[in-house]
Amino acid sequence: MFTFILRRAALIVPTFIGVTLLAFALIHLIPGDPVENLSGERGMDPARRARLLHEFGLDRPLPVQYADYVGQVLRGDLGTSLTTHEPVLREFLTLFPATVELAFFAMLFAVVVGLPAGIIAALKRNTVADYAVMGVSLTGYSMPIFWWALLLILFFSVQLGWTPVSGRIAVEFDVPASTGFMLIDALRAGDAGAFRSAVSHLLLPTLVLGTIPLAVIARMTRSSMLEVLREDYVRTARAKGLPRWQVVLVHALRNALIPVITVIGLQVGLLLSGAILTETIFSWPGVGNWLVHGVQSRDYPVVQGGILLIATIVISVNLFVDLLYGVINPRIRHA
Amino acid sequence: MRPFPVKTRHRLLYAALIAGLVALPAAAANKTLVYCSEGSPEGFQPQFFSTGTTFDAVSVPMFNRLVEFETGTTNIIPALAESWTVSPDSKVVTFKLRHGVKFHSNANFKPTRDFNADDVLFSWSRMADENHPFHKMTAGQTFAYFDDMGMKNIVDKVEALDKYTVRFTLKRPEAPFLADMAMDFASINSAEYFDTMMKKGTPNAADVYPIGTGPFEFVSYQKDATIRYKAFDQYWKGRPKIDNLIFSITRDATARYAKLKTGECQVMAFPKPADLAEMQKDPQLNVLQKQGLNIGYIAFNVEKKPFDNKLVRQALNIATNKEAILKAVYQGQGQVAKNPIPPTLWSYNDAVQDYSYDVAKAKQLLAQAGYPNGFETDLWYLPVTRPYNPDGKRMAEMIQADWEKVGVKAKLVTYEWAEYRKRSKTGEQPVMMFGWSGDNGDPDNFFVPLLGCEAVKGGGNVARWCNKPFEDLVIKAAQTPNKADRAKLYEQAQVIFKEEAPWITLAHSVRFDPIRKEVKGYKMDATAHHYFTSVDIARDSAQ
Repeated sequence: MFTFILRRAALIVPTFIGVTLLAFALIHLIPGDPVENLSGERGMDPARRARLLHEFGLDRPLPVQYADYVGQVLRGDLGTSLTTHEPVLREFLTLFPATVELAFFAMLFAVVVGLPAGIIAALKRNTVADYAVMGVSLTGYSMPIFWWALLLILFFSVQLGWTPVSGRIAVEFDVPASTGFMLIDALRAGDAGAFRSAVSHLLLPTLVLGTIPLAVIARMTRSSMLEVLREDYVRTARAKGLPRWQVVLVHALRNALIPVITVIGLQVGLLLSGAILTETIFSWPGVGNWLVHGVQSRDYPVVQGGILLIATIVISVNLFVDLLYGVINPRIRHA
Repeated sequence: MRPFPVKTRHRLLYAALIAGLVALPAAAANKTLVYCSEGSPEGFQPQFFSTGTTFDAVSVPMFNRLVEFETGTTNIIPALAESWTVSPDSKVVTFKLRHGVKFHSNANFKPTRDFNADDVLFSWSRMADENHPFHKMTAGQTFAYFDDMGMKNIVDKVEALDKYTVRFTLKRPEAPFLADMAMDFASINSAEYFDTMMKKGTPNAADVYPIGTGPFEFVSYQKDATIRYKAFDQYWKGRPKIDNLIFSITRDATARYAKLKTGECQVMAFPKPADLAEMQKDPQLNVLQKQGLNIGYIAFNVEKKPFDNKLVRQALNIATNKEAILKAVYQGQGQVAKNPIPPTLWSYNDAVQDYSYDVAKAKQLLAQAGYPNGFETDLWYLPVTRPYNPDGKRMAEMIQADWEKVGVKAKLVTYEWAEYRKRSKTGEQPVMMFGWSGDNGDPDNFFVPLLGCEAVKGGGNVARWCNKPFEDLVIKAAQTPNKADRAKLYEQAQVIFKEEAPWITLAHSVRFDPIRKEVKGYKMDATAHHYFTSVDIARDSAQ
């Protein structure tokens, strides 16, 4: 197991080098620059433009800028936002809990609904239940997020008035952000109304963000279960007269879970990288929203630092998933 | 009528008391106004930034300037300066400061004195003096607006004559100076606050937790989510009518509209043009509108052939059907433009005759210019929606079709927005779509940055048109103290502009502020800011 971990960990170094290079190259490839962004329609005296480029360190050759950036990152400094003049790491840490909170509930919703739905579809193959699960999941997967979110807002918030439109909590509750996780902060504040408000604000974004992972998980669980249910050992278990639930949940599901966990791992990575559209529509103050704004304003340190931090998290999640395989299926550790 | 028995009277009295106690909190309930804003402020120091979003969140609610614009107009009114005098040569402006103006306080700072000349000197020299201890505190920190307005080239020195008198000596007569002083970058900070923070070893805190003299005090900011303010009890103009002001940051316009409908906010910023018709039908909403202080235009690069020829420029002006563009692109929400300044601005010359749409005459002019069969050109169009132009591409397609009729084949070209602006400043474009929203309600703010000879260098003059008679008039106007005399000079400048036709002036768009019916006393601002000082909320809907 130790060599397995080492082997996986060794891959992280080149991945990080690739990520820093890619983040740096991509943001510099986008036309425009932060100084241009400052001036808008207004003209800018060429001397002043040159002075600002110098102040931002953008007048140096790109390889020099990249080398400086890597050196800075190795010292644990992700730089300062060119727009807000705040340290990038501080901004990220302020916003990341909101993203994690939303991603956690979206994933919980996707797993809690998607896994049983997939199992039922597999067990009731070619029945109405199967077609219903697959039909709904295909629709969910194909639905444009933006449109889906607006539809839900118009129906549940505007027409029925059951849920708030956007944000994390109603404005009348000024809950101190001690952890950054609104549900926990509301609980700590001891205000039941604030907690209820935070829960109601989570409902629609969770539903929207969880839709695609739910569809993917349901479909993957179904196909994986169908494959496993045809295996000899499942037939043997049935022949031995084991109860059906035991055959399905103990013998079949555990083996069927490996590809499902891979998919969940990938989806977690995607969710944490900032559910950009969901965050934008629901005014959810997370890192997705922040990164989009960083790209729009050509805030190089924000984009580079943000991508690097998110990549670190995605790589960690994937490493964890890889390790989890080893636990679920011991053959993988020795492969 | 028989009186109630004593026991019953006592019971009624108790019931009334209890009812009164229950009703008390409701009667004393705070009035909170929620404004759905379109984005987060870049920071909380108005001197650093230049976006309307930041001004709405910072300089408007929390700060004052020496002079300010009267809400709804561009008239300059006294603010922290209660009066001012201008010397006969227009080079010395002396402000008499208001007495008894209080600064806000916070956990780290309790002001020990009222606003005075030290605060004006501090606020100004921090921006102007590169050796000032607070000039360069944070890497990359700039005083963008101050620099962009060229204030260093305008103001020679600032002195305090006494505690309540400040004298600005200018390098040259500059009539728009007062309007410049009403702009957000000229907000007055507390010198005492900065000194205190410096002594505490946290000088940056003064820019993060704002202290001003404005109608609202800062309470808290949750990044990208909410900004909270409370009414400043000691506000020199009188306490605002609402108790709390909350900015609910909602980037998506559809979500802002949904929140306005559900009552989660009472005022929203920047509605989508497509939603306006529905909003106007909603009985719970009032959709206020105001002529924008803006201009959308097509600029011919006069340094490039064939646009160096005035006849070609005039011909294409005549060949463009502006009324059709107004209907299709602005959906009627605007006004055809004939001058480079909007009609809401003083000195607008209504006597100027616009080029009327006439295909035959345009062809004739082109032939006269030596292009009987027309020519080919690139037409750059806006890649983004701007306040002065809702749909650049649609507009470009319509112009392309119009010009085709006179033999001019326009190839539509665009770039990513930042790249578009960058390239335009180098003069790469033959013809381009552009526009402008005024900063301060002075005509100079349109003529000089968009059509002045200096602006060719800076890239703001995308027509690269430098016309001596026009330039002389505009410079003379800036140095003329009398407003009526200035207006005459600008009126003459507009005649030259129309004759020379460096632009096709397309339209002045209308701005909209949708508010809920319970919001009372809200006035739209001329410079597109959102002011809540005099706003009230009908009692039955107060939160």
